[in-house]
Amino acid sequence: MGEPLLEIRGISKSFGSVAANVDIGFAVAAGEILGLIGPNGAGKSSLFNIIAGEIAPDRGEIRFAGQEIAGIGAVACARLGIGRTFQVVRSFDSMTVLENVMVGAFLRARRSAAAMARAGEVIEFCGLTTRRDVPAHSLSPPEKRRLEIARALATRPRLLLLDEMLTGLTPTEAQAGMRLVRDIRAQGITIIMVEHVMEVLLPLIDRAVVLNLGRKLLEGAPAEIVRHPEVIRAYLGDRYGG
Amino acid sequence: MAGAVRGTLVARRRRELWLGIVVLVVLAALPFGVGNAYLRGLIVLTLLYAGLSQAWNILGGYCGQISLGHALYFGIGAYTSTLLFTRLGISPLLGMFAGGGLAGFAAFLVGLPCFRLSGHYYAIATLVIGMMAALLAANWDFINAAQGITIPFHGESWANLAFRTAILPFHYVMLAYAALIWFVAWLIEGSRWGFFWRAVKDDVAAARSLGVSIYPSKLAAAAISGAATGIGGALYAQYIGFIDPDSTLDLSLSVLIALPAVVGGIGTLWGPLLGAAVLIPVQQLSVAWLGSAAGGIDLMVYGALIMALALARPEGLVSFFHIRASRGATGHG
Amino acid sequence: MSAALIAQVALGGLLMGLVYAVVAAGLTLIFGLMDVVNFAHGALLMVAMYATLLIHRATGLDPLLQLPLVALLLFIAGVAIYRGLIARTLAVRVNAGMVQIFVTFGLSIFLVGAAEFLFGSDFQSINNTLLGGRTFALNGIILPLPLVVSGIVALLVFLALALLSRTEFGRALEATREDHEAVALIGIDRDRVFGIGWGIGTASVGIAGVMLANFYYIAPDVGTNFALIAYITVALGGFGSMFGALVAGLIIGLTEALTALFIDPALKQIGIFVIYLAVLMVRPRGLFGRL
Repeated sequence: MGEPLLEIRGISKSFGSVAANVDIGFAVAAGEILGLIGPNGAGKSSLFNIIAGEIAPDRGEIRFAGQEIAGIGAVACARLGIGRTFQVVRSFDSMTVLENVMVGAFLRARRSAAAMARAGEVIEFCGLTTRRDVPAHSLSPPEKRRLEIARALATRPRLLLLDEMLTGLTPTEAQAGMRLVRDIRAQGITIIMVEHVMEVLLPLIDRAVVLNLGRKLLEGAPAEIVRHPEVIRAYLGDRYGG
Repeated sequence: MAGAVRGTLVARRRRELWLGIVVLVVLAALPFGVGNAYLRGLIVLTLLYAGLSQAWNILGGYCGQISLGHALYFGIGAYTSTLLFTRLGISPLLGMFAGGGLAGFAAFLVGLPCFRLSGHYYAIATLVIGMMAALLAANWDFINAAQGITIPFHGESWANLAFRTAILPFHYVMLAYAALIWFVAWLIEGSRWGFFWRAVKDDVAAARSLGVSIYPSKLAAAAISGAATGIGGALYAQYIGFIDPDSTLDLSLSVLIALPAVVGGIGTLWGPLLGAAVLIPVQQLSVAWLGSAAGGIDLMVYGALIMALALARPEGLVSFFHIRASRGATGHG
Repeated sequence: MSAALIAQVALGGLLMGLVYAVVAAGLTLIFGLMDVVNFAHGALLMVAMYATLLIHRATGLDPLLQLPLVALLLFIAGVAIYRGLIARTLAVRVNAGMVQIFVTFGLSIFLVGAAEFLFGSDFQSINNTLLGGRTFALNGIILPLPLVVSGIVALLVFLALALLSRTEFGRALEATREDHEAVALIGIDRDRVFGIGWGIGTASVGIAGVMLANFYYIAPDVGTNFALIAYITVALGGFGSMFGALVAGLIIGLTEALTALFIDPALKQIGIFVIYLAVLMVRPRGLFGRL
């Protein structure tokens, strides 16, 4: 792979006395789907929010498309081309689906006609066309996840961060979600997915980074990951240890 | 496909604009159906509050920042245009824009520290700053302190926006004001800023993730809202002919500016006008009919009305008119 | 200006600050419990003062001895307000925050109007009380006895509120404030906790009302100014923090008294406003706020 789109080096972050991330580093190639996995409390959310600019790391560097972005803030990250969704869905509930997505489109569009056109495209792409003019608060939970993705796509990101987008979905809904992720990648957008349930993610991703207790346990192709004894221990420990 | 996307939103905005024009025409014709001078005065006041509350709505409704200190911007507008007129002889027609500009700048300055605060902390900080200004004004001799300023009358004149006996000119002045602020809100609703502000109101973290700068958005909304309020203050001063800190800077005025938008429908185009059309007449008429006979009943009626409306129509009075739209919209949900 | 005078004014300010703190305690308790800012708080203070006045007129019972009675009456009023109005606003899905503000605001206007209708808007006061007109002297410092006793009662209220948090109900209160939905699973009736929370919050302001009735004028809009100070106190101390309300009340009482002494009695509130704004610039969530 050539120059990576995203390169993370030595990222550490503590909240009080709790070390959420310790010296984490990895790279993501353009066009890749990377899974960021690990049991609850592994530090996925913290790292995710650091990449998205919502949290500043204590130490470390993040290069995105050749630019240093650690600590520049969520707004600047969005402008540079990093889109994201949220673990607990955040929709603009006083607006319709179209208006929600237009907010994202306005990042690149000055005029509302252009924003509307862009929003219409991504709404269709995400399969929400029939729900376009309903208030966002009336959407079902899986629809809200799609809305978040559409909103992020409307900003024309180069890197899309998806936070537990498959969690809590029925198998059918998860299948549809995975199809959507593949379609997004087909548009040339690089994707990082955070999930704590590993199984759903493995068929979808090119590579995975496994976190445990704030540290990087290992990274590699899905097939290597599942065979790794430490991964098995970390996951079994999580599952049986409560 | 793209045409269909444009369809709904654009059609809705065009409908609002046409409705606005129809309402404007009806309100322009209203004085001819109302001969009673007292009622005409009541309508003038209602139109003023419709404009003021829409100005508040720009910050409170669209951007979600609940200000309880808007009397400050009203007072700055009133005092600026009045002082320019009484001391320098500058016509209020110009003075109101000077007052609006200064009020907008004041709102920007108040926002600088206050938008670092969230929720109730913000509301109470604006309340405190408003009260502080009122107290200082009441002790500031340069602006006649608590005695207030009477605007001298040199004959009926459009150039000086002065009319003593005729109410009709003020009907059109206030109507123009309310219509102007309504149109500003309409423009904002369809603009990039309007979308950003509503995003800030609904969810700050999500807005940030889409590249919306929170702090500048709030400051811009505050400045426009403050300026629009200041113009209203200047017009009020011309209408009443007398200003003092009590009538232009008091906390109760801040509440009175916010209330119509809340009761009518916060963050909506028609909420402030509807709210003002219900609240201002009820308040004024209950004072007129009940106030002298049995002190306090007017307040009881007013308070009970606010409670009843807030509970019965949490989305505001506009929801009476949106029944079909919202039923269609939530049909799936 | 003698040191004794300054000490006397400062002490008087601190005692008044304790009264402010009790008014704020009721407000912050309700807020901490359910995120509702009660804009009728000042009107409830006024109701307590008129209740004290009426009971005094009807029975001659001294205000100080009325404390438990008026506290109970206000407790019942608080529960009733919760049941009749606030519980309904919790069902509202849109604009819930605004609805709560304006329902309590409407209630406030209604109560002030009712007081004006029933008692007129003249200032009234209770004379011939146990404490009235007496003073408390110590080392050349002279303080009005009603103010001193009010301060002591205020401290007792805070002690009671602190003890309350250790009772079973206090734990239910704490659990409810942590998570409104989950408490149902462990057998806590959320509605009951909220209702009693309102009762206690209103009873605290009732106690402040009784004590104020000893030495302050009584009028329909007497609560407005106290409520204003209570909002500032709560914001200064941090929304939801009881200890914050106590500290902020003391700071505000002291600032008010010293501003009046050293600068100008007409500007005494300016001192409060300045201190409040200065603190908020450094600590946007008040001194002890978590929310």
